[in-house]
Amino acid sequence: MNLKAKSFALRKDILDMVYLAKTGHIGGDFSVCDILNVLYNRQMNLTPENFSSKGRDHFILSKGHSVEALYAVLADKGFFPKELLKTYSQFGSDFIGHPNNKIPGIEMNSGSLGHGLSVGVGMAIAEKRDGSPARVYVVMGDGELAEGSVWEAAMAASHYGLDNLTAIVDRNGLQISGSTEQVMAQESQRERWSAFGWHVLEAKGNDVAEISAKLEEAAGFRGKPCVIIAHTVKGYGVSFMENRAEWHHKVPDREQYETAMAELDRKLKEAMENE
Amino acid sequence: MNNISNRQVICESLCERAQSDPDIFVLCSDSRGSASLAPFAEQFPEQFVEIGIAEQNLVSVAAGMARCGKRPFAASPASFLSTRSIEQIKVDVAYSHTNVKLIGISGGISYGALGMTHHSLQDIAAVSSIPGMRVYLPSDRHQTRKLMGYLTKDEEPAYIRVARGASEDVYTAEDCPFEMDKATVIAQGTDIVIIACGEMAAPSLGAVNLLKSRGISAGLLDMYCVKPIDKEAVIRAAEGAKAVLTVEEHSPFGGLGSMVSQIVGEYCPRKVRNLSLPDSPVISGNPQEVFHYYGLDAAGIAASAESFLRSAADQTCRERG
Repeated sequence: MNLKAKSFALRKDILDMVYLAKTGHIGGDFSVCDILNVLYNRQMNLTPENFSSKGRDHFILSKGHSVEALYAVLADKGFFPKELLKTYSQFGSDFIGHPNNKIPGIEMNSGSLGHGLSVGVGMAIAEKRDGSPARVYVVMGDGELAEGSVWEAAMAASHYGLDNLTAIVDRNGLQISGSTEQVMAQESQRERWSAFGWHVLEAKGNDVAEISAKLEEAAGFRGKPCVIIAHTVKGYGVSFMENRAEWHHKVPDREQYETAMAELDRKLKEAMENE
Repeated sequence: MNNISNRQVICESLCERAQSDPDIFVLCSDSRGSASLAPFAEQFPEQFVEIGIAEQNLVSVAAGMARCGKRPFAASPASFLSTRSIEQIKVDVAYSHTNVKLIGISGGISYGALGMTHHSLQDIAAVSSIPGMRVYLPSDRHQTRKLMGYLTKDEEPAYIRVARGASEDVYTAEDCPFEMDKATVIAQGTDIVIIACGEMAAPSLGAVNLLKSRGISAGLLDMYCVKPIDKEAVIRAAEGAKAVLTVEEHSPFGGLGSMVSQIVGEYCPRKVRNLSLPDSPVISGNPQEVFHYYGLDAAGIAASAESFLRSAADQTCRERG
């Protein structure tokens, strides 16, 4: 299956998880889905086989509420049986609503925003001092960038010239209360990261080919950490969810589920036919 | 009079260990001088990371390094480390289960005259309440050295609080009994048992001697391992005495006194009095002046023990009468 088709297959798994559990953050899952897909299936040296080894890449989902998307990707990669996705948010399940490292393939627990980049800085310093080829990838939300600790991490990353660290911002422009520009303006992200000493790239964040190209460019850049501002669409892939803040964590009813699934099936089919 | 501080001992222990373990790392938040860790930074620049004045980042960076197999020791003033970074401690250290050792320097009211911003009188309560966090308040330089022997090798997160100045010796280099996570019985007594931690062990020992000269038999338990607290030792000590007195450099809530009271109340009911700093900003002064003012020096602790024993006895008489 090509990467574009896989993105729609993953979205179907996410929709199933959220519909079954009657909870989840489907809007952000769908905006970040293509980024996770490219990271795990194209960019990162991170597999179930090498997860316990040194020298492999590291991944932190700092916007932990998009965990359903991460679960779908990890199951697809074979970190655990896909059947387990049905236990998401069930009583006693390890598959809770934010990443936790009891789950194979997850390194660090997250959920409280603004921690992941700092943890990534620590990993990048450790790997650099070991002379390791490992790279560290941190995915953040755009609303998350209002957390002050993100900028503590940003200044440390450039201070130590962590060119083995790539941050990706899922810039979907919406957060729980509405647009990021209304809640806490973010439009000067390029200037902000640049002023903090980062190399800034921008990408269409739901275009797997473009994400892939920018991740590759970031991996080859030397001397500074790189941030990719990935311009995404919240709810991408399901027309009635796209760019609607209420789909931050709304759960589809049966009719909405069926409509959404039909659209994803159609898009999956088209992507496979265009292979 | 000892003039070697516990923070100096921590630096010496880390330097010794770093020679054979390249995974030992020290992280500071512009605090290498106040943590006495400048010698480590000079001797092991590749194992030292300066984070600047950013305590939240300090803790999370340490967690990321630990996840990559390092043994980070993050040192920062206890007041900032324990409460400003509390969420990073909860999420990135305890919940993610990373082998980070947090060294809270200048703990308690070490910075006596600098005010409440610089006092860490909530740290035991805050850090102890997090599942998976251990909390240690070593009482003197000899015990600190023994404790560091374990902490530089084990795999679990911990918070260690030490004072700024040199702590009065409780033990000697030759005679410092130490068992990891077990309280040390310093004195046995049948009238009252004092349970203390950190800076309060030495004045409590002074109080035991004062009480002895007044014909009162007082025991002393050094509970350097506030969490996991040595429950059996508390029960044994309380069972052998008429009353229990706890002494700590902390707020009245959620610290050693609260924990001891929970155990004594459930397993061996005795009268318990908790000595601590008050539930208000503490008075300005150097640590000795502040401790004296609040009755946390040897004379004050002895006086509290005596009056407490007397009131406990009066109450018992009334109950019988």
